[in-house]
Amino acid sequence: MSVPISWYLLLSAVLFAIGAIGALTRRNGISIFLSIELMLNAANLTLVAYARQWNQHTGQIIVFFVMAVAAAEAAVGLALFIAVFRQRRTIDVNRMNLLQG
Amino acid sequence: MLGLLWLIPILPFAGAAVNGLLGKWFPKWLVTFVALAAPGASLLIALGCLWEFSQGTALTYEQALYMWTAGDLNIPVAFLLDHLSAVMLFIVTFVGFLIHVYSAGYMGHEEGYRRYFAYLNLFMSAMLMLVLGNNYLVMFVGWEGVGLCSYLLIGFYYDQAFPPYAGKKAFIVNRIGDFAFLVGMFALFAHFGSLTYKEVFAKIAADPGAVTGAPYALGLPLASFIALCFFVGAMGKSAQIPLYVWLPDAMAGPTPVSALIHAATMVTAGVYMVVRSNVIYQLAPGVSLFVAIIGAATAIFAASIGIAQTDIKKVLAYSTVSQLGYMFLAAGLGAYSAALFHVMTHAFFKALLFLGSGSVIHAMSGDQDMDHMGGLKKYMPSTRWTYLIGAAAIAGVPLLSGFFSKDEILHSAAASGHWLIWLVGLITAGLTAFYMFRSYFLTFEGEFRGTHEQEHHLHESPASMTVPLWILAVGAVFAGYVGVPKVLSLGRDLNWFHNWLEPVIAVPRGMEAGEHNVGTGLELLLIAITTLIALAGIYVAWTNYGDNKGLARGQHWAARLPVLHRLLLNKWYVDELYDWVIVRPLAATARFFWKVVDTFIIDGAINAGAFLTELTGDVGRFSTTGNVRNYALYFFLGVLVLFYWIAFR
Repeated sequence: MSVPISWYLLLSAVLFAIGAIGALTRRNGISIFLSIELMLNAANLTLVAYARQWNQHTGQIIVFFVMAVAAAEAAVGLALFIAVFRQRRTIDVNRMNLLQG
Repeated sequence: MLGLLWLIPILPFAGAAVNGLLGKWFPKWLVTFVALAAPGASLLIALGCLWEFSQGTALTYEQALYMWTAGDLNIPVAFLLDHLSAVMLFIVTFVGFLIHVYSAGYMGHEEGYRRYFAYLNLFMSAMLMLVLGNNYLVMFVGWEGVGLCSYLLIGFYYDQAFPPYAGKKAFIVNRIGDFAFLVGMFALFAHFGSLTYKEVFAKIAADPGAVTGAPYALGLPLASFIALCFFVGAMGKSAQIPLYVWLPDAMAGPTPVSALIHAATMVTAGVYMVVRSNVIYQLAPGVSLFVAIIGAATAIFAASIGIAQTDIKKVLAYSTVSQLGYMFLAAGLGAYSAALFHVMTHAFFKALLFLGSGSVIHAMSGDQDMDHMGGLKKYMPSTRWTYLIGAAAIAGVPLLSGFFSKDEILHSAAASGHWLIWLVGLITAGLTAFYMFRSYFLTFEGEFRGTHEQEHHLHESPASMTVPLWILAVGAVFAGYVGVPKVLSLGRDLNWFHNWLEPVIAVPRGMEAGEHNVGTGLELLLIAITTLIALAGIYVAWTNYGDNKGLARGQHWAARLPVLHRLLLNKWYVDELYDWVIVRPLAATARFFWKVVDTFIIDGAINAGAFLTELTGDVGRFSTTGNVRNYALYFFLGVLVLFYWIAFR
């Protein structure tokens, strides 16, 4: 007996909420990244769940794209944080507030 | 020589252009040469043209330069020499050239010598265009041109406060008249499809009933309406009530300018225009009478002001206004040739008087107040004698030019049966004689009343100034002999002037031929009365101002008639009246539109828009903290709103 889709969706919603809260509340840049990854993967889970539900491959293929984008984003983001850290010896995002009007 | 007619207005224009554009690099003698050669050449060509014209039998000579076309509007830019423009051409070129020569002496020490002559040449060009144009539009171009030059030359001393103001006043007051002139031209063109004198007058002559019948505008038939519009234009240019106020103030310009523009030529343009339009005026008897009444009123009104003035140029200015009134008086009564005759004699003696006063002012180092003069005959004999001749001529001393022209005007008033107008003219003649000789006695007789420095500086003017004076004096004496009335010429017809103008004054209305209405005996009596009045005016001036106690007697009279004296001295408070009735309300309205409509409403609306934008920015900028997490929160909230909208709308 297979797991009903609603369970996957529920898990995905929980993961997404944890990721969103983390992204909004954490101050450490790396933690924010982790949270964002969590949200992305929550979305991936939804896609995969539906793909299986409807027996379609499109959703699974999109997941590959999402993972590729997530990897690229992580690479760029980490590079940015390393650069910032070299400059300012911290990756606390509360202290990165130069972009203001 | 007639083929060179077009050169007459063009040469002074070229002179103005050369001096105005290139004169900066010229030595002074070259500036003078160009400035005098241009009108001098015009004079020679004009004399040649006039000689050839008078020898020929043709009534008109026209020279078309080109056709100015704008849609349906075709205006020939063409010059016309006929018996009327010939007279004006002679006056303008002859007197104009003499005043140019005089100016070379008078303005010799002034700053802006070159600018002065550029303007003066430009004036000559515009004035000759006005006179020579063969249609109303070319006349109007000249009309505006002389107005511009008048403005420029009145405000010549632009570094002082008053002259630029006087220039503006002249220009604006003239604009009021010009507006009416334009309306008249529009009506003329709308009805006849042409502005050329020949065509318009031919069409009117072919069917006079069409322009005198049904009302056209303002309840007037077309002819009367156009006549009225043109006369309002003439009021502005020729300084008639109620638009005369600019002329006395125009004395702020250099004195030769007053002589040329504000005495001899430009201000007579209105008279010329009325005489030129005599075909129209003859069909508008009501408006003609109005012209005569305005002329008579102006004549006596301005003469009364002239009595009390102490500024020598102001006396002459009011005298000019008064004499212009005389000309309109004649023109309004249909005595067009008498009006033009007075234009000519007046050009001589008034230019002479102004130049004489300029010579005096030159010697007095710029002081124009007659209270400071006196006894100048010792120092400047030429000026004194020529001024005396001019004063005698304008006063109407028998056998001088003013006698003949004034007599012809008064005679036409009597012959037309308008005895009230005749009486006003007669009283004006007496007043004129009085105030002119008052100015003569105060200036040249008695003892000098100025300061020692002024007395030390007194000198006769150079030959470049006295020679024109003497030439004009000869003109002031003899110019009248071209129009000797029949009754004084032992029955022979010696009124050449009248006969000369016969072809242009087409339809005599019975008043031109009015000599038959007054018997010879009565005519002689009228001449005697006129002469006696003039001599009486001179006598009163002599007994009051002939010795050195003139000023004291003047003050005595002023003390006995304080109200009248104050009224006359302050020019009947007309300037103040206009100031209160027109200028101030207009200024208040302008200030309302400036302060309230423009500054408050229009600028306010724009500034309020800018303020609101700035305010929004000022408030909105608090959202851009620079903190990434805040941005993330906004983003998240946005997503929530979007989600809510998609899910629950």
